[in-house]
Amino acid sequence: MSSSSIRRRSVAPYAFLAPAVLLFGAFLALPIGYAVYLSLRTVKVRGLGLGKGSREQVWAGLSNYSKAMTDPDFAASVLRVAAYGVLVVPAMLGFALLFALLLDSPRARATKFARLAIFLPYAVPAVISSLLWGFLYLPSVSPLYYVFGKVGWEVPSVLGSGSVIYAVANIAVWGGLGFNMVVIYTALKAIPTEIYEAAKLDGCGEISIAWRIKVPVVLPSLIMTFVFSLIATLQVFAEPVTLRPLTNTISSTWTPLMKVYRDAFTRDDLHSAAATSVILAVATFVLSFGFLRLVQNRAFSQEN
Amino acid sequence: MQGHRGLRRAALTATALLLLVASCSGTESGPSAEGTKPAENVKLTFWTWAPNMDKVVAGWNAKHPEIQVTVNKQDGGDPAVTKLLTAIKAGSGAPDLMQAEYQKIPTLVSADALADISKNLGEGVAGHFPETVWKSVTLGSDAVYGVPQDSGPMQFYYRADIFKQHGLTVPTTWEEYAQTAQKLHAADPKKYLGTFSANDPGWFVGLAQQAGASWWGIEGESWSVSVDDEATLKVADYWGGLVESGVIANLPMYTPEWNAALNNGTQVGWLSAVWAPGVLEGNAAATKGKWQMAPMPQWSKDQPATGNWGGSATSVTSQSKHPAEAAKFIEWLNTSPEAVQALAKVSGIYPADQPGQSAALAAPPAFFANQPDFYKVAADTAKTARSFTFGPNVNVAYSAYTDQFGKAAESKSKAGFTAAVRAMQKTTLDNLKSSGFSVK
Repeated sequence: MSSSSIRRRSVAPYAFLAPAVLLFGAFLALPIGYAVYLSLRTVKVRGLGLGKGSREQVWAGLSNYSKAMTDPDFAASVLRVAAYGVLVVPAMLGFALLFALLLDSPRARATKFARLAIFLPYAVPAVISSLLWGFLYLPSVSPLYYVFGKVGWEVPSVLGSGSVIYAVANIAVWGGLGFNMVVIYTALKAIPTEIYEAAKLDGCGEISIAWRIKVPVVLPSLIMTFVFSLIATLQVFAEPVTLRPLTNTISSTWTPLMKVYRDAFTRDDLHSAAATSVILAVATFVLSFGFLRLVQNRAFSQEN
Repeated sequence: MQGHRGLRRAALTATALLLLVASCSGTESGPSAEGTKPAENVKLTFWTWAPNMDKVVAGWNAKHPEIQVTVNKQDGGDPAVTKLLTAIKAGSGAPDLMQAEYQKIPTLVSADALADISKNLGEGVAGHFPETVWKSVTLGSDAVYGVPQDSGPMQFYYRADIFKQHGLTVPTTWEEYAQTAQKLHAADPKKYLGTFSANDPGWFVGLAQQAGASWWGIEGESWSVSVDDEATLKVADYWGGLVESGVIANLPMYTPEWNAALNNGTQVGWLSAVWAPGVLEGNAAATKGKWQMAPMPQWSKDQPATGNWGGSATSVTSQSKHPAEAAKFIEWLNTSPEAVQALAKVSGIYPADQPGQSAALAAPPAFFANQPDFYKVAADTAKTARSFTFGPNVNVAYSAYTDQFGKAAESKSKAGFTAAVRAMQKTTLDNLKSSGFSVK
């Protein structure tokens, strides 16, 4: 073999990799690096801060991080999102699994229509669905409250301080259920029918087939949807922001991402916002990979 | 922001008059008298969200071929400021001219986004405006960071028909306002004389301003912050009492629910500004002819006062390469009889220019056709507007307002209202200090 062909062979993989590496670098690594850089800087104002040259960007060390970590609003938003996640993720995945199993059962009728109907809310942008639900939540414009009034029920506003988290969680479940159901349903469809036949011969009913065969087989899909839902939960933003003008109960720092937005665009403090974003990104990374590590043996062992 | 939502609505009213005025200004436009200028043409861009501003500007462009202004329509005050600040940081991309709400001017000046045009303006421009309004564009210094365009003096708007039905009289003091609110709510528990809106910091500033508050100040080379001054605490305590006793609603304005309440007569009054007719027409068209406007209820009867909700100036940005020409244009836009008339009729705003105001606003707005002296009352109240100094972190104070008063209004506790004011003071002051401003 000549040396030139060896060289050609050693160049080729890099040439193939180049576009992906370039795109990754330009649109992911570079912005992340810039965000980290911004998070270590701050703007210092001098005197009255009016006119030219009264502000300059200086190194801030980790002060933006310590500010974010000690901010009671940030801690409150993290706790709120944790509570929100405890509501949303099990409800969404539970219903998604239930609907997928029901659609997959041999006795299901009109499955095409039902599948589409359940999936459809996923196609509605979060801002639109929040507006729709917002109207349903406001007592004096909601058809639901109109009916409650006719029946004579006194239903308090769901946007009140105790229940607003359910109001937001409901929108997320409504919007995300369809996607997760389709993922699980697709996994169910991939199960070879021989397994069911064998199970039936062994005397399994539909319910025990679902519980003993279907659920364990789609476990990897469940884990994947869990990780996606976890990430989506940490990044919840559009629903509370859209509902915010309708109520007193959603503050500008209701979720961590809302705090990032407020710092960057309401307070014009990109540096604090960058620090909080980095914290949020690290937390997302740790949580999702930590979870995957924790479950990988259980979930994927049967595949190997 | 809300004020301009109001203004935008107000403009819808004015569109009916559009054709009329367009034809009027068409006859006036002739060849420019200053045709001796060099052929060098100056092109200026203008960011604004005032409705139909392009039609007002057309009057200038027709007469000044050497200085052509292009209107670039913005979504509103907040997004436009965010965009401008981004362009200033980037070093390019800012327009020559910018509509700037009064409360945003210190923030913009502090970010070095606005040019000082004191040397480019003609003499006597300041004389066109009430002193309190002019102060908003000078920040009390010798510099001039814009020419006032519109203002939003506050008045009390109420449903005259419902007042009559329940035998209520128009409150002239805040004490009477509280009594009226109580009477109305007792007569019909579904009805409220108003709502305390935690979503509208500009509205609360107007109320505090009426009571004599001024949240920021410049003392020598330092800022002072006094959000928790006596006047503001008095206002917060008063509203906290009304909300706690339940005679005033606690839900935010500008929601579908609030619109429904305006329409079905469960919101019987609105403490609003001169652009209110446009909002009412847009949100509660069926109630036309049922509303009346009166001066604000007063803290002290012998010292009538009001506050401002909304209002903006036109400024030249620091990136403009033609500040002199830009200043010339904004002087024309906001002080010439022709342009002020067009602003009022085509753009539907309440001009800050005093000489032009009375000529431009002879007839009442269509939605208040039942009140012929509408603009007379408006002008009388506008004269009593108190002065208010905005600081470089209004955005921080305003977002603290929505958070703190959201909590207070939800809990319906009087103590919560004054606590909210104190929390706002702390947030605003801490933010100024940690940014490095020198603070007294």
